[in-house]
Amino acid sequence: MSASAPAGTDSSAPHGHPEEGFFRKYLWSTDHKIIAMQYLLTGMAMALIGGFTVYAFRMQVAFPGESVPGFGQVTPGAYNALVTSHGTVMIFWVAMPVLIAAFGNYLIPLMIGCDDMVFPRLNRLSYQIFLLSAVVFIATFFVDGGAFGGAWTAYPPLSTKPEYSLTPLGAPLWLIAVALEFVAFLIGGINFVTTVMNSRAPGMKMFDVPIVVWMIIAASILFMASIGPLIAGAMMMLMDQLAGTHFYDPTQGGDPVLWQHLFWFFGHPEVYVVLFPALGIVAEVITVFARKKLFAYKTVLYTAIGTCVLSFFVWAHHQFVAGIDPRMANVFSVTTLLISVPIAEMLFVFIATLYGGSIRLATPMLWALAFLVEFLLGGVTGIFLGASAADIYFHDTYFVVAHFHYTFFPIAFIAVFAGLTYWFPKMFGRMMNETLGKIHFWGTVIPFNFIFIPLFITGASGDHRRIYNYNHFPDLARPELQDLRVLATVALVVLLAFQLVFLVNFFWSMRKGRKAEANPWKANTLEWAAASPPPHGNFAELPTVYRGPYEYSVPDRPDDYWPQHMPG
Amino acid sequence: MKPIATTRSATGIPTGRLAVWWVMASEIVIFGGLLAAYVMHRLGHPEWSNQAIHTNTWLGALNTLVLLTSSLFAVLAHQAAEHGEGRKAARLLLATAGGALVFLVVKSFEWSHEIAAGYTLTSNTFWSFYYTAAGLHAVHVIAGLVIMLVVAADAAKNRELQRVELIGLYWHFVDIVWIFLFPLLYIAK
Repeated sequence: MSASAPAGTDSSAPHGHPEEGFFRKYLWSTDHKIIAMQYLLTGMAMALIGGFTVYAFRMQVAFPGESVPGFGQVTPGAYNALVTSHGTVMIFWVAMPVLIAAFGNYLIPLMIGCDDMVFPRLNRLSYQIFLLSAVVFIATFFVDGGAFGGAWTAYPPLSTKPEYSLTPLGAPLWLIAVALEFVAFLIGGINFVTTVMNSRAPGMKMFDVPIVVWMIIAASILFMASIGPLIAGAMMMLMDQLAGTHFYDPTQGGDPVLWQHLFWFFGHPEVYVVLFPALGIVAEVITVFARKKLFAYKTVLYTAIGTCVLSFFVWAHHQFVAGIDPRMANVFSVTTLLISVPIAEMLFVFIATLYGGSIRLATPMLWALAFLVEFLLGGVTGIFLGASAADIYFHDTYFVVAHFHYTFFPIAFIAVFAGLTYWFPKMFGRMMNETLGKIHFWGTVIPFNFIFIPLFITGASGDHRRIYNYNHFPDLARPELQDLRVLATVALVVLLAFQLVFLVNFFWSMRKGRKAEANPWKANTLEWAAASPPPHGNFAELPTVYRGPYEYSVPDRPDDYWPQHMPG
Repeated sequence: MKPIATTRSATGIPTGRLAVWWVMASEIVIFGGLLAAYVMHRLGHPEWSNQAIHTNTWLGALNTLVLLTSSLFAVLAHQAAEHGEGRKAARLLLATAGGALVFLVVKSFEWSHEIAAGYTLTSNTFWSFYYTAAGLHAVHVIAGLVIMLVVAADAAKNRELQRVELIGLYWHFVDIVWIFLFPLLYIAK
């Protein structure tokens, strides 16, 4: 790819944008920054739903049968619906929209130095479909029979037969909501990839693109390549539910394991779809706050591409107990263990970036460092589950739950907080409060470990993960583990309470925070060349790029940073 | 008004064409997943040939011919658009759209006969795949038909002529999907 756009079209100042009414400016806008904010705020609102559902069902596990304050009695059906909704919401309506859509929309045009996405109206359509999907999902709580309770993986026959799921309307609506969400992200992803390929600032070559942009693009392509079979599978499931076909019914020539294959062929790459943007955010924050060039830029890039390819060959490690051929299980064990290598390599690259840097422990940096530590724990415990022999014991225990929360929580929250606190001054033109930021940081990271370390222990002791009330199963009850279950729940409530600090800080700083200059962190990438917050059209004069994004502490220069758009 | 981003072309490929290729890439995996699922099932169920024998190979072949011919018109429309002849491009696109319409009419005849003979969506999983795969393809034909009419209306006024090529690309894709469906559903008895 060469970067040779006609300079004449780029040096002209952005065209004037007349003042618009509230509706056109905030609800019907085609401006990528407004659409990013819509995704961000919708994602935050959905996170509250996801947080509330986990509060309700964890209280039931810790204090079985007692009425939960703010929710009431948790019935077995409600318990299943809450668990399912928690998983679905946190992955599809929190991690995806915030990490990919919100950061992608906000950062891509700014970081590659152009005025908008290549298809602004398509971008707006993508958000609208996403919003519709969220509304359809929330509607499942209010239909006859209640919300779907067959887990976010929706295995048949539980998901296809109303006589098993007991949610004749909840199950198909759940599926429709998820499918709409896929469509929204397909449209968004095509827009992202095309924009980065074609609309980079003059002078910005392939290796001048910031890592976070590369990572969002890798994630978008990975999503596009893995979601297709699941869209086909979802269509078949919807027909099983509504039209009476038998694609997943073994008594009629179908196969329930087919769904598992189609689901996990998407489901495992999906882990990397959300992980990559998180790694990208962490890379940006670490270089800026270590004042040091990113160690091995190209290695990070090639590693990410290699991980993308390898991630298509690991899916069956979710199905070791589903009756797949043991020889196949061996192959998938090997690929699964292999994929920990590139990810570990990226963490080492970040540690190498820190080495010898002049580290500033501002709030974004704390989050980025916490990401490295916590995600590492998640990765290491994955080794136990990737080995098929160990997995047969650990499968469907709380060990699995603790493992994937040690990966997903750092991705969907810790990295997101790193990104939000880092780009907040650009987004709103004001600084966040550092003291509140640090209180929120410690109030999140400490309880997080107190939730999931106990669950590692209960899981390793054999606690099954889908039990509504252990007292109903005397052979599973294990009263000696109850203290750990309660500890996890109490830590969860503490963690949720500390999120209020963030919300207060976020909305207070948005209006009352200290005014931010254009480049408060002294960073190199192009978004900091625009005003804070950037106007519609982004740059007063569209920038030209002269160097890579990570030229920090270059010897013989008066400043320890060297912005990409500064000539000479 | 288009943003400056839309007018840039760092790859040298026009933005619209690039995006259509990505749309096709994402569509390939959708059809790929469905057809892979079908082929795996078919291999596991040799007895399905007793069902497949009742698909109408001749009508399938006729539809293959219709789609291939309509693709020829799409290419000619692209050529006309390259020469700046918007009205001619629009007429040729209408011919392409006519092919799509004939395809759908033949398909509805065919399906009515199958259903009348008792081979419905739910009678056997072979037929479930038959109707699902061909139905998903038909949805793409209908979408292409609608987009083609919109593009033709613009092209007739010599506006957005680059879109003639883009709808043509998509149309070839729809055509190629059928080239896979025809042998898998109609010839493999």
